[in-house]
Amino acid sequence: MRADLFFVVCLAVAGAVFAAAAALGNDYYFFAGYVVLQYIVLATAWNILGGYCGYVNFGSAAFFALGAYAAVAVHRLHPLPIPALLLVGGVVSGAVGLAMGYLTLRLRGAFFAIATLALAVVLETLIINWEYVGGARGAYIVRPEAIAPFGNYIRYLFLIMMLLAVAAITLARLIERSRLGYGFATIRDDELAAEASGVPTLRLKLIATTISGALMGMAGAPFPYYIGYLQPSSAFGLDYAVNTIAMPLIGGTTSWVGPLLGAVLLGSLQQLATVTISSAVNLLIVGLLLVGFVIVAPNGIIGLVHKYVQRRPDDFVGRRRIGTAAAPGRAPEPAP
Amino acid sequence: MSELLAIDNLGKRFAGFVALENISLTVAAGERVGLIGPNGSGKSTLVNCISGALRNDSGSVRFDGQVLDGTTAHQRTRRGLARTFQLPRPFASLSLVDNMRIPLFYTVAARGGRRSGSAIDARCLELLHEVGLEAKAQRLPRELTQVEMRKLELARAMAAEPKLLIADESMAGLTHSEIEDILALLVRLNERGVTIILIEHIMRAVMSFSRRLVVLVSGRKIADGRPDEVMRDPDVERAYLG
Repeated sequence: MRADLFFVVCLAVAGAVFAAAAALGNDYYFFAGYVVLQYIVLATAWNILGGYCGYVNFGSAAFFALGAYAAVAVHRLHPLPIPALLLVGGVVSGAVGLAMGYLTLRLRGAFFAIATLALAVVLETLIINWEYVGGARGAYIVRPEAIAPFGNYIRYLFLIMMLLAVAAITLARLIERSRLGYGFATIRDDELAAEASGVPTLRLKLIATTISGALMGMAGAPFPYYIGYLQPSSAFGLDYAVNTIAMPLIGGTTSWVGPLLGAVLLGSLQQLATVTISSAVNLLIVGLLLVGFVIVAPNGIIGLVHKYVQRRPDDFVGRRRIGTAAAPGRAPEPAP
Repeated sequence: MSELLAIDNLGKRFAGFVALENISLTVAAGERVGLIGPNGSGKSTLVNCISGALRNDSGSVRFDGQVLDGTTAHQRTRRGLARTFQLPRPFASLSLVDNMRIPLFYTVAARGGRRSGSAIDARCLELLHEVGLEAKAQRLPRELTQVEMRKLELARAMAAEPKLLIADESMAGLTHSEIEDILALLVRLNERGVTIILIEHIMRAVMSFSRRLVVLVSGRKIADGRPDEVMRDPDVERAYLG
């Protein structure tokens, strides 16, 4: 499917979801749905660096929080419409992503993960000591009750996050099928061999950290308006870092489908648990699911499906096929 | 014949250990050079310094008229210097045909060659055909045998359309006929104008392939010349027979 067509299909699905939520007539669904959508964006963003390139980022919460705090800072200076704040959050977190890349990408594996975790701690300390955005006390943002033509403000936020989710998924899918995506895969597989094949690994990794960081920042920008009161300990919370990693792992990291599945599944389950039991069980759910998946389906839901239908991963999603065992010299079938 | 690769007084040390010392070596375009030496003599370190995987501490490497010092490995590949790895390092999550795609995307296209999707698809299959792996084009590298893995490694290096190919022990552990297969492939490549440096332990293969032999011992070059003359060299005999 071509990228523009895919985008339209995604929009249609998003429109249907919005209409369904509106038909239920209870704004709680928008309130809960926003969180799930936010996790779709975060998980997809994480997967661009973590899944495609194989670099595990434990500092997702920091990028998310930076987006949120960028929005607070701009709001203090001069209130702007949310789409503009989205842009600001994206630029700030993207820039931090690029800087993080320069500083840490010589590290691999657990060392890179620890460095990103350290980055999150440093940034949280900075925010706590920045009085302008509320410091340790936190910042209040009074959002308007309603906004025309969307009615209730929460519907407006839901719609924005939904569009962002559609954009993030389309981008991830586009990357996956492009030369860039192939380049990312070689970084995940073997950086030395990638360089020997002409892949500029450092530049590609910087592209990945920037895109990933920017998307996380965009996901964070509307958050102060959603929550009304933003404080460092919640914005930099462990939940974000853990969920953002757990969702792609549960869904499967090799394709855009994985983070989407993981975020919808885990995000909805957590929202359900929050109203029926308590929000305190959310991390327990994540922990149990992760343990379960590591044992039963180490490659996530996608891997499980592949195993079930007995096809190789490449046949299912992502890579296109070209002439299987074609006779030499014969032109392969044109790509679909 | 014009000079393609010129290594001048190259040195490399790891902490206190001198891996390479004052290596000077010139390779002309179209040559077939064998590089031999006992284990630990610095052959692979030399390959790594030439290809940019390691930085040399002293001396310089010139390739095709340009000084390579300070350039990254991928820049060197794009200039026409390809290498295989001693232990095959395929892209494990990509099918064979996609493994071929990488150098085409990132090296050949960067030079301005083959850009269209169908031209790249056709070239990928052609390369796999050349090493006899086209039937497994859609398989993953882990499904290959040892010899197939080495052929894949060679095909991927060939995909970058190099001027110079450095084959680092492409034949270790293979049977006679498999060695013949790979030798024939290298000779074909050379006949098409690719300069080849072959690093190998299997003397029969080196002797039949090389037009010139270079011997490294303990990080120093001790001989360089026609294979039969080099093998009669008393220094070489001493290094090999003790």
